[in-house]
Amino acid sequence: MSDPAPFRPPMPGGQPDYDTPSYGSTAKRHPKAALIAVPTTLTEASGPRFSPLHFPALADLSVTSGKPALGERIIVAGRVADEDGRPVANTMVEIWQANAAGRYDHPGDQHDAPLDPNFHGEGRVFTDSEGRYRFVTIKPGSYPWRNHPNAWRPNHIHFSLFGSGFAQRLITQMYFPGDPLLDLDPIYLSIADRAARARLIARFEIALTQPEWALGYRFDIVLRGRGATPMENA
Amino acid sequence: MPAATANQTIGPYWHLIEHAEWADLTRFGAQGEVITVGGQVLDGDAAPVADAAIEIWQADPPADATFPGFGRTRCDAEGRFRFRTLKPGPVAGRGNAWQAPHLALVLHARGVLKPLFSRLYFAGDRRNESDPLLSAITDPARRETLLARETAPAHWHLDIRLQGEDETVFLAL
Repeated sequence: MSDPAPFRPPMPGGQPDYDTPSYGSTAKRHPKAALIAVPTTLTEASGPRFSPLHFPALADLSVTSGKPALGERIIVAGRVADEDGRPVANTMVEIWQANAAGRYDHPGDQHDAPLDPNFHGEGRVFTDSEGRYRFVTIKPGSYPWRNHPNAWRPNHIHFSLFGSGFAQRLITQMYFPGDPLLDLDPIYLSIADRAARARLIARFEIALTQPEWALGYRFDIVLRGRGATPMENA
Repeated sequence: MPAATANQTIGPYWHLIEHAEWADLTRFGAQGEVITVGGQVLDGDAAPVADAAIEIWQADPPADATFPGFGRTRCDAEGRFRFRTLKPGPVAGRGNAWQAPHLALVLHARGVLKPLFSRLYFAGDRRNESDPLLSAITDPARRETLLARETAPAHWHLDIRLQGEDETVFLAL
């Protein structure tokens, strides 16, 4: 059996550092010792395959038991590909978010904003054969946090993806264009490369917008590629 | 094609995608040597990390319809986590090498801006001696941070220390 192709190292500045002083919670939670580099083995090159049978899709977050959630209905869709441009098919995409008022349906969230009985905020879909996914949801509100005085998170939707190898694991946040809070947000700004962080901002797209119904936002996602070495024909 | 999408923290509210049963990798009827693995996650002040998500992935036994190979669980108020799974066997390494039985671990939490990868090995397994990753960690005290102890029959315990004395070995994959 030939060795699995190694994953590409991250682009300099393209990922946040664990130690990011402007984001206070990193202070006691970042490793101080150097990470140990692990060559790609079966452990990193393989990954979970979720069956929609066991993990049913939840593609529409905007309706609960037939009742519409409050807020601005939106469509969020995009394509998942790897750094070589290959679509990542049949991979699970999970999302979670605050409601339109900026409150999570979570016991830990004590922000003084109303909960919405018709909005829970969990979504899950699988990409199609071309790596495409699509959710219908509600535009999340901003909310305060205690990182620094008068700190507010920009509107965002959390994303979780797996890809085909465990080393491709991605947890990220999708932001919205034109949000004035972005340039004040230490989490967003933790990505040193300006273009890399701007790729976390979804694009409004009129072609994705459904007339008389919902605005469309496109958010394309790129998972790590497997290096330049061509795969041998087995 | 642009470079890989940047990670962002999972934050404190990730439990919206939590399903408690994911902590049991045997729930679809997998047959084999059932074990539990658990531990406690501590920060640089040795305070419990109560809002972390811990995930495991194992290449062995191979995932199939009855065994997902993947689990996710929360840390509780004391930072404790626990999985039920099948004990892995050795896994092919690079070249002709073999890797000792292990679980891949990844931790996500508020204050952790991208996944923190590690591994869990089983203390006392003679195959640990020839495992390429364990062998590459020259400091025996650091190597110990990856070795779970069997604290009760079929129960393996490993604490994860994010920072400070006995800091867990984290991996760049």
